[in-house]
Amino acid sequence: MAKKLLVLAFTAFALAASACGSPASSSNSSGASSGALNCTPAALQTHTPGTLTIGTDNPAYDPYFTGPAGGQWKGQYNHDPTTGKGFEDAVAYAVAQQLGYPTDKVDWTALGWKQSFAPGPKDFDFYLAQVSINPQREQNADFSLPYYSSTQAIVAKPGSPITKATSLADLKGYQLGTESGTTSYDDIQAKIAPDKQPKVYDTTNDATQALANGQIDGLVVDFPSAYYIANVEPGGLKIVGQFTGGGGSEQWGLVMAKDSPLTACVNKAMASLKSSGKLQAIEQQWLANLSHAPMLS
Amino acid sequence: MSAGEVEGQRGSRILGGADARYAAIATLSTVVVLGVLATAVVTSAGWPTVKEKFFNGAEFRFWFSDVAHAFVTNIQLFLIAEVLILIWALTIAVIRNLPGPVFFPLRAMAVIYTDVFRGIPTILVVYLLGFGVPALGLSGVPTSERFWGTVALVLVYSAYVAEVYRAGIDSVHPSQEAAARSLGLSRWQSLRHVILPQAVRRVVPPLLNDFIGLQKDTALLSVIGVVEVFRQAELGTSADFNYTPLVIAAVLFIAITIPQARFTDWLIARDRRKQLAGRAGG
Repeated sequence: MAKKLLVLAFTAFALAASACGSPASSSNSSGASSGALNCTPAALQTHTPGTLTIGTDNPAYDPYFTGPAGGQWKGQYNHDPTTGKGFEDAVAYAVAQQLGYPTDKVDWTALGWKQSFAPGPKDFDFYLAQVSINPQREQNADFSLPYYSSTQAIVAKPGSPITKATSLADLKGYQLGTESGTTSYDDIQAKIAPDKQPKVYDTTNDATQALANGQIDGLVVDFPSAYYIANVEPGGLKIVGQFTGGGGSEQWGLVMAKDSPLTACVNKAMASLKSSGKLQAIEQQWLANLSHAPMLS
Repeated sequence: MSAGEVEGQRGSRILGGADARYAAIATLSTVVVLGVLATAVVTSAGWPTVKEKFFNGAEFRFWFSDVAHAFVTNIQLFLIAEVLILIWALTIAVIRNLPGPVFFPLRAMAVIYTDVFRGIPTILVVYLLGFGVPALGLSGVPTSERFWGTVALVLVYSAYVAEVYRAGIDSVHPSQEAAARSLGLSRWQSLRHVILPQAVRRVVPPLLNDFIGLQKDTALLSVIGVVEVFRQAELGTSADFNYTPLVIAAVLFIAITIPQARFTDWLIARDRRKQLAGRAGG
């Protein structure tokens, strides 16, 4: 642990040095964030001064981003995050507004979610793409307070044997699949412990194709994604059921660099969005029409 | 064996009596170069972060057995692929060397085959076969991504290995075939018993070289859902936000490819010695 703390100190130093050029400003910024918080665009040390740069995945999927395709986000099932439409898109703009950034002072950058926790300087101020908070990840990146709790869901072809499953134990004998590097994988292992090793794909699209091809019997993804795969995308797939992960519900947070000077202010903004009811309103607006699927245990 | 020793051996051949001095200088030079490089890396500003994120002892111990277990999949994949490649590539090479106008269509197909499969990046062949063929939904055709992934590797690497074989066949002097035919061997018999044995022996080093490439490319099967060493390492990386599992995968690959590289070098050196001995004797 001592080694980890030392590294954290070094990371903080490196980040502060890259942002401001001297270690002295590092102590200034942390002093500011622990004392009276000054969360105005003028005071916040963002990637581009005066602008809030938000990162997300490309493609940006329904129902988290639902605007038309555009900019770098091209393609039939892609969505341009600058439109503010969709659950995470709305959350991102609400946080920006809370921090005092008008819509035209919000900039978006596309990068794979695994890059969001890569070491070194970040090209974004915060990143959101359904990244679940867990203790190991928190050692290497800052997370905001959660903005959503999700269950996992199993998607399958209608009429296939797996759709008759009524408990997690019934799923044990089937070939499951999921997207690479997601907490869904850990949840499959922790809660279902299937006989066959789950197959892992780079993207949800690849996993959905594998399901259509019969290479897997069931696809495990977070519940909102499952809903859209089953009900919005073509292919006629069906949700078998949902379950809570090994650590309870998945809590999604905004990802920031470890010891980012913005974490305290972003958390303050998130807390006010929660207490004012704005966050619930956003969830209601974009995710309320998800139909309910049986809860498996 | 240290780099200094390797240099020393070469020195003993090149310099004869001065090998002790050669070895001393080589060792000193190696120590200085490595020392400077290591110092530059370890004293860099980002080293503590890199050490924590990529060379983390606790992460290494935690993930090693999972990643090593997944590496067994890679070994199975390349062993099966290598056997199939040896057979399929030789078939293509022989077809490409068939003489006469009757065989023109076959030769043309062999040329197109090698052009196409050397031209498409391996990852695309893997992706297209792994997701595309099962999507056809043909009855009796396997949907296993391991199956189609292996087929993809065999198709691509056979195109390279066929060229290696062909170079070997072309390197056998035409007088060999003429002599074989004059002894009454048929065209096929002279190919089978005279040309190919000489050709194959000459191309063993480049063949092993291609196999090392193939072994590394088994990691490409991760894109179609095979949980092999790279994917397992990536799962560890994503779970802990730490890159050490990928370093484990790299170490495992190096552990199998370096002995093969040394073996290839040894084969080349042995062939060279034999040739020189043969020339001196004749």
